[in-house]
Amino acid sequence: MALILNEEQQSLKDIAKEFLQKNAPVTHFREIRDTENELGYDEKLWKDMVDLGWSGILVPEEYGGFDFGMVGMGSIFEEMGKMLTPSPLFATGVLGASLITLGGSNSQKQNYLPQIVDGSITTALAVEESNRHSLSQINTQAIKEGADYKITGDKTFVIDGHSASLLIVAARTGGKEGDLSGITLFLIDPQSTGVTITKTSMVDSRNSANISFDGVIVSSENILGEENSGSGILEQVVDRAQVAISAEMLGNASQAFDLTLAYLKERKQFGSLIGTFQALQHRAAEMYSELELTKSSVIAACVAVDENSNDLTRMASLAKFKAGETNHLVTNEAVQMHGGVGVTDEYDVGLYLKRARVTEHIFGNAEYHLDRYASLSEY
Amino acid sequence: MTDLQTFREETRDWLESNCPEEMRKPGDVAWGGRNAQFSHPDQKLWLERMGEKGWTCPTWPKEYGGGGLSKEENKILQEEMSAIGARSPLGSFGIWMLGPALLEFATEEQKQEHLPPIVRGEVWWCQGYSEPGSGSDLASLSTKAVLEGDEYTINGQKIWTSYADKADKIFCLVRTGPQEPKHEGISFLLIDMDQEGVTTRPITLISGKSPFCETFFDDAKAPSKDLVGGLNKGWTVAKRLLEHERTMISAMGLSGGGDGSKKTKSGLAEIGKKYAGIDSDKKIADKALRRKVALHDLNSRAFGLTMQRVGEETKVGAPSPAAAMAKYYGTEHNKLRYELMLEAMGTQGIGWDGEGFSMEELAITRDWLRTKANSIEGGTSEVQLNVISKRVLGLPDK
Repeated sequence: MALILNEEQQSLKDIAKEFLQKNAPVTHFREIRDTENELGYDEKLWKDMVDLGWSGILVPEEYGGFDFGMVGMGSIFEEMGKMLTPSPLFATGVLGASLITLGGSNSQKQNYLPQIVDGSITTALAVEESNRHSLSQINTQAIKEGADYKITGDKTFVIDGHSASLLIVAARTGGKEGDLSGITLFLIDPQSTGVTITKTSMVDSRNSANISFDGVIVSSENILGEENSGSGILEQVVDRAQVAISAEMLGNASQAFDLTLAYLKERKQFGSLIGTFQALQHRAAEMYSELELTKSSVIAACVAVDENSNDLTRMASLAKFKAGETNHLVTNEAVQMHGGVGVTDEYDVGLYLKRARVTEHIFGNAEYHLDRYASLSEY
Repeated sequence: MTDLQTFREETRDWLESNCPEEMRKPGDVAWGGRNAQFSHPDQKLWLERMGEKGWTCPTWPKEYGGGGLSKEENKILQEEMSAIGARSPLGSFGIWMLGPALLEFATEEQKQEHLPPIVRGEVWWCQGYSEPGSGSDLASLSTKAVLEGDEYTINGQKIWTSYADKADKIFCLVRTGPQEPKHEGISFLLIDMDQEGVTTRPITLISGKSPFCETFFDDAKAPSKDLVGGLNKGWTVAKRLLEHERTMISAMGLSGGGDGSKKTKSGLAEIGKKYAGIDSDKKIADKALRRKVALHDLNSRAFGLTMQRVGEETKVGAPSPAAAMAKYYGTEHNKLRYELMLEAMGTQGIGWDGEGFSMEELAITRDWLRTKANSIEGGTSEVQLNVISKRVLGLPDK
């Protein structure tokens, strides 16, 4: 496997970079935040992304997608991470597209995938129920009633939960909380009776929601895949989502680092540029080393997705661990090295710090992945 | 069939008929030299056959005895050797450090004279850089070379010369311009060790071993034709050679037990299980140790992937721009690996000699002590961080 981009992938990355710098620089994110935009992203920008084909990158060609792979998708996420671009691409283009592609029946694929590609629907995955990522701590119940299911339970940290037009919900049709078996995925219209959606305001000013289901009736036709097949699908999809979000985190860390490097070269104290101080130089050099390792881990994990590697889960943990640790280090140091202005809202570094902490919690933080890597390596 | 496919088949066939069975097992690598010693007759045969083909230095140009292979062809050669478990035919500082510098800086005559013997393993080179008073501040070195006629007379002392007691020749930094600013009065000179004016003395390290020597020059002689890169231009050659050295040392960060990418568990985890015990889930019972092992394994893998990526990004023969990072990270990482092994082994990891400890335990302890030099030799970690901040990140000097 090659760890450098081929010509097509490089060209996609260059296009993404140019497009985002022009249409969605950090001022774009600030505007969404400051105007308290209800949707949490700009519809025109999303339409442009759809027109560029981004929503269909992970969708097979037979369902109208481009099947371009995770190396390409990762490049886009890295560039979005640099610009802090809010968009439904993660919840829809990665989670929704992968859930339906990997878990859906033929008719579900034919129905939903073209709509994801052309931007007519957006999706959200409702899986988490506690303050830590887990695919087994699921207590939302789906009770069979004739041909229907009645769903009751509370979900949290649902990315794009308040803006999506289709919810994909993990609920228990068997087993007990803590079991990986007995979980079923349901496709649910957010307008259904009994669904209550509360947008949560997070430090990164991006989209997430708490959703409660109070006896929501869902037809068995709206099971994604088969009954009790939920965790198998979720595990595969979450691996992919971890890789994509790691790419965003790499972009976030790279940009915070570049801003800091530029600041070290312009800020003077004691009559010298602060970048001449060895105490800061060595910390910058250490961050550079960690960024290089993160870059390699992320692209290798993207390649593992595209090659359908049997080691994908460990590779996803590698990427999410490294991205989490490095982004944590770099964003903290970025604020510190900026000194007083680092803690002002006017400077951008603080925005990268806040986004870093939220992304750390998306599908498992560094400690979660250390533990998972050790377990999968049989120690 | 593409050219590369043809090359792969031809290479496979050639290795099949030329690599002796004995050399398809793990074992020591030959270092060659005038007084070459071989642990098995097949080791000599293997070196001769590979040297003949230039495959001891696969990417060096054919006119200097090398294999003349492209980066892709070399990758295939390495893959095919690895597939049959073929041992490297030759290791030396000539291959890893001096050769690449000569290819870049030497005259045609110098290349013709010095490169082919490196390829064939006929000369064992050692490195004369550091001096007792010039460690991290290497450019302050004071070993003098004075030209009289067409011969230099060398006086001074070098230190940390690896295997100087076994080497045939030394590539040496000498002061030829005593009045010049310190970086501009240094030359790169090749000196024969087999002469009266050169003596060596091994240095015993904390590990109890003596891989390094002190080397003394007392009116030693070298012909002026053996000055490489121009009079007082040695610092340029020296810096480039250091980049090659750093790349070589950083690769050692991975040599100790692999990067854990194989499903077969990491060596570290096995040691953890053996000494700290396992719980009912067969996990390392000491949870704090288990966490450290996982962290180390993940970083090993990330570092291994980085070396791979940097290799793909870098042109063949060129030093990697990431050499300083690789040296810094690889050596610190390797030190940490040994600290973790010792931590796992408890009091079995702090034996020095004799009964009560297995050979393997004693070897790990000695190697742990040896790793302490990793982040000092070839430029300390602190020097590498300086190099990264200035040359890679462009942070200002003043």
